[in-house]
Amino acid sequence: MINSLLPRGLVLALQRVDAVLLAVLSLLVFLGLATLYSASDANLEQVQRQIVHFSIGLVLIIIFSQISSKTLRQWSVWLYGIGVVLLILVLLVGVTKKGATRWLYIGMDIQPSEIMKLAVPMMVAYYFSEKPLPPRFIDIVIALVLVLVPMLLVMKQPDLGTSLLIATSGFFVIYLAGMSWWLIGGAVLFVGVASPLMYFFGMHEYQRKRIETLLDPESDLLGTGYHIYQSKIAIGSGGIDGKGWMRGDQAHLDFLPERHTDFIFAVFGEEFGFVGNIVLMGLYLFIIWRGLYLASKGEDTYARHLGGSLSVSFFFYLFVNTGMVSGLLPVVGVPLPLVSYGGTSVVTLMMTFGIIMGMRKRKRIYQRDS
Amino acid sequence: MSDRPIKLERDEQHMFNVRVVVAGIIILFALLAILGRVYQLQVSQHEKYAELSRQHYQKRIPIPPNRGQIYDRNGVLLADSHTQYVLEVVRDNIGDENGDGKSSLADVDGLLDRLGKIIPLIDKDVRLFKTQVRRFKYQPIPIRGDLTEEEVATFAVNRPRFPGVTMEVRMERYYPLMETASHVIGYVGRIDARDLERVNKDEYIGTTHIGKSGIEAFHEARLHGKAGYHEIEVDAHGKKQSVLSEQEPIGGEELFLGLDINLQITAEQSLKGERGAIVAMDPTNGEVLALASVPTFDPNLFINGITQKDYTTLREDPSRPLFNRALQGTYPPGSTIKPMVGVAGLAEGVVTPGSRVYDPGFFRLSGQKHVFRCWNKRGHGSVDLKYSIQQSCDTYFYDLAYRMGVDRFSGFMRRFGFGDKTGIDLPGEASGLMPSKEWKEKRHKRSWFPGDTVNIGIGQGYWLATPLQLAHAVSIMANRGVRLKPHVLRGVRTARNEEESVLKPEPFPSIDTQDRFWNLTIQGMENVMRPGGTAKAAGAGAAYRIAGKTGTAQVFGLAGGKYNAGRIAKRLRDHALFVGFAPADDPKIAVAVIVENSSGSGGHTAAPIGRKVMDAYLLKQYGDHALKPEGAVAQQEAEQAAAAAVAADKKPEAAAEKTKQTKGKKARKGHD
Repeated sequence: MINSLLPRGLVLALQRVDAVLLAVLSLLVFLGLATLYSASDANLEQVQRQIVHFSIGLVLIIIFSQISSKTLRQWSVWLYGIGVVLLILVLLVGVTKKGATRWLYIGMDIQPSEIMKLAVPMMVAYYFSEKPLPPRFIDIVIALVLVLVPMLLVMKQPDLGTSLLIATSGFFVIYLAGMSWWLIGGAVLFVGVASPLMYFFGMHEYQRKRIETLLDPESDLLGTGYHIYQSKIAIGSGGIDGKGWMRGDQAHLDFLPERHTDFIFAVFGEEFGFVGNIVLMGLYLFIIWRGLYLASKGEDTYARHLGGSLSVSFFFYLFVNTGMVSGLLPVVGVPLPLVSYGGTSVVTLMMTFGIIMGMRKRKRIYQRDS
Repeated sequence: MSDRPIKLERDEQHMFNVRVVVAGIIILFALLAILGRVYQLQVSQHEKYAELSRQHYQKRIPIPPNRGQIYDRNGVLLADSHTQYVLEVVRDNIGDENGDGKSSLADVDGLLDRLGKIIPLIDKDVRLFKTQVRRFKYQPIPIRGDLTEEEVATFAVNRPRFPGVTMEVRMERYYPLMETASHVIGYVGRIDARDLERVNKDEYIGTTHIGKSGIEAFHEARLHGKAGYHEIEVDAHGKKQSVLSEQEPIGGEELFLGLDINLQITAEQSLKGERGAIVAMDPTNGEVLALASVPTFDPNLFINGITQKDYTTLREDPSRPLFNRALQGTYPPGSTIKPMVGVAGLAEGVVTPGSRVYDPGFFRLSGQKHVFRCWNKRGHGSVDLKYSIQQSCDTYFYDLAYRMGVDRFSGFMRRFGFGDKTGIDLPGEASGLMPSKEWKEKRHKRSWFPGDTVNIGIGQGYWLATPLQLAHAVSIMANRGVRLKPHVLRGVRTARNEEESVLKPEPFPSIDTQDRFWNLTIQGMENVMRPGGTAKAAGAGAAYRIAGKTGTAQVFGLAGGKYNAGRIAKRLRDHALFVGFAPADDPKIAVAVIVENSSGSGGHTAAPIGRKVMDAYLLKQYGDHALKPEGAVAQQEAEQAAAAAVAADKKPEAAAEKTKQTKGKKARKGHD
């Protein structure tokens, strides 16, 4: 019935959108908006702006779900190449804010490292799509170089959090491409042994200090430790069933910093409690599962690798953020996906889901039409 | 990719699926780990974090209670709290005042210059301020108190010009009668670290002052009251959001002292220009009616921290105004204890009412050369106890004490309260000294000689007593042996039930002996005040019967030489003493007077003062300076009283002049 009311082109376009994933995403978005409303002290304007972000994201889902893996694959090299050039430009003529040079000014400030979150897995997936699988050692080395170049450029800005996310999104492709378990085991072992050696013998005192605060934020209660301390109190005081929506003391009395952005998970935990957290994690798990499912139904190798990598990256954002806010992991500036306030984050994540949907194998009807 | 064989494609799909499943499992466990962590915070450690959260946003703001007022027995206000506006400076907030580009101590001077132009500053306060401001950077330090309404208005208009300066409303103690009774009332001062160790810190969070001496210190617990609090919800910036709960403070109790302030003023004025003490008690219940130690001081100086200069002045004054002579001064009691010694002799059967001793002018222990002289060198002849009290015959009491022995003697005197604190409700009381064999062996590592016993028989030797102990002992005489604990506090009114409850006098074991012994000694004391007695001048024309005893305490031992008050430095002159009670047949007041280094004897100097105090109390002869119970009026009249006191100043000096001629003739030892 709806089909008859809409133009045929749009109907066909909507068929590319995965209804199941969209439904669960919508649930998460709804929950996120409610939490944001509370975290921003009933700031309706802010919630409205976030709704605009989601609307743009929805349009991008529809648009990007149309793009086939073949098309995207062709864009990979360009996007990656432009991205690297922009990153170099950032280092040369970038805009500096709060001691970090991450932006380029082109009428407005843009952050090229955001592009790389997508461009790197695309590039690595592109590289492996032309190579025999499982990848040979030399291909893995080349893929690593493709990952490490932008990662180091971003690290130099400095932006440790983003460089980490860029690197992992590339690593996930290498993993999914079939890098041998032995190599993976060896790499893990190497990092496990090298890090302490590096820490004890290869670092200056001040560098060690910085690592220590990163790993144990509560040793610095007046700096980052304050955030963690407050968010642990917020989550812990929420208890099993929470203090109720709009009734979190920690959040509403301004104790919790960054509460509508990176630390919104603490507001959610304080107000909805452990029960709420189970529901939230359930939603995330379902979204990740659906993403991986769609990836495994990918059109080709490129589609599978890219879709899989983006889905795992989504999990990784979630893990880093909740781990940080609950005091398990070091503090890195990563928002809680699709819940934290922020245009860039929301729009790029929605776009990502559009890409994941687009990677799915085309049905015959559609193939015939094209 | 599409040129790859299908078979490879299928293998690849399979491998991909395996990788996805492995990744899925890892993801599942990672999210479970997060949930586990959240479980730990929200379920296992929930209590801890819930408490931390509460502590965060709930703040208790203490509300200090109002300190209880102190009144005399007639309701005259002695200590009050008034609201006052105070200017305070927080050094850290004043910024760069003098424009040298940095914020430093030098900025304080610039600020004071400007502030002084609109609000007059007091040099004394400024000096105190400067010593404190150097030490404390973040604490508010008062620069000027007691602002007038005009000054409050002036500052309010100019407030923006003075960052770091705030105007606060404070309840502050003040003593409207200034120097009157300051040794009894005491004073409050800023709480210091040592004070905090002995009080409940929670109760004193908002309190700035605490009793430091006198009644203010002793009855601190009653006067302070119970602190209240606001429990407020605050945000992270400490800003108040809402009031969660409230507990009004309970004001301190109002104290009603047994003190009769008009009698106190009379007592203090009669010692004007001298150093000495007067203690007057109601023997029937132990209430202290007057407790004067002269000179006195203005307790108001201490409230906000006394300046170094004022303190030095008070401390280095040779008359030691801060020293509470009535409580802490220990003097040889001299002849004032003869009636008590008489009772002891009778009760112990050492003497009888009719037994006589021949006084040739001295007493000599058998087989020894040393003589103990009677003040009357020619001797009193054959004397009995009653006459010996009237004439203060030393020989009789040398003999009595010697025959009684030190053990029985000291034991009996202890029952009159000598050698022990009386237990009065004032801090810092001295216990005096009632010597004994054990004491001497321990203290002086020498054994007790019979001569020591002879000396204490006339209140000399090692015996030391406070004026309070003397008043206490003579009260026991007046009560015919019933001993009651002296106390200053008479009743209280609590903030809640508004009822006054009079505290019961605490009895000690009484001295139980025959009535006729008491009657005999008291008759002797009455004769002291009559013609032929040592205080006949002081007793003349009394409207009621007085029982008294004079005394002179030796400060300076002249080895057989002649005592001449005129030639000896004032510091070394004898103390003049008087104890007594009246009316003798129905005692209502017991008095002990001591005038240090007096120019006259006990009979000439101390006894008339005792009489004056008795007249004032029994005949209500307070003069025109009598204070009435209204607080405001009382203050006004106190000023008049002070003016009257200045006018009255000359009289006692003139009287002292008259007695000067006679005193030189007196013989040295234990006279009166």
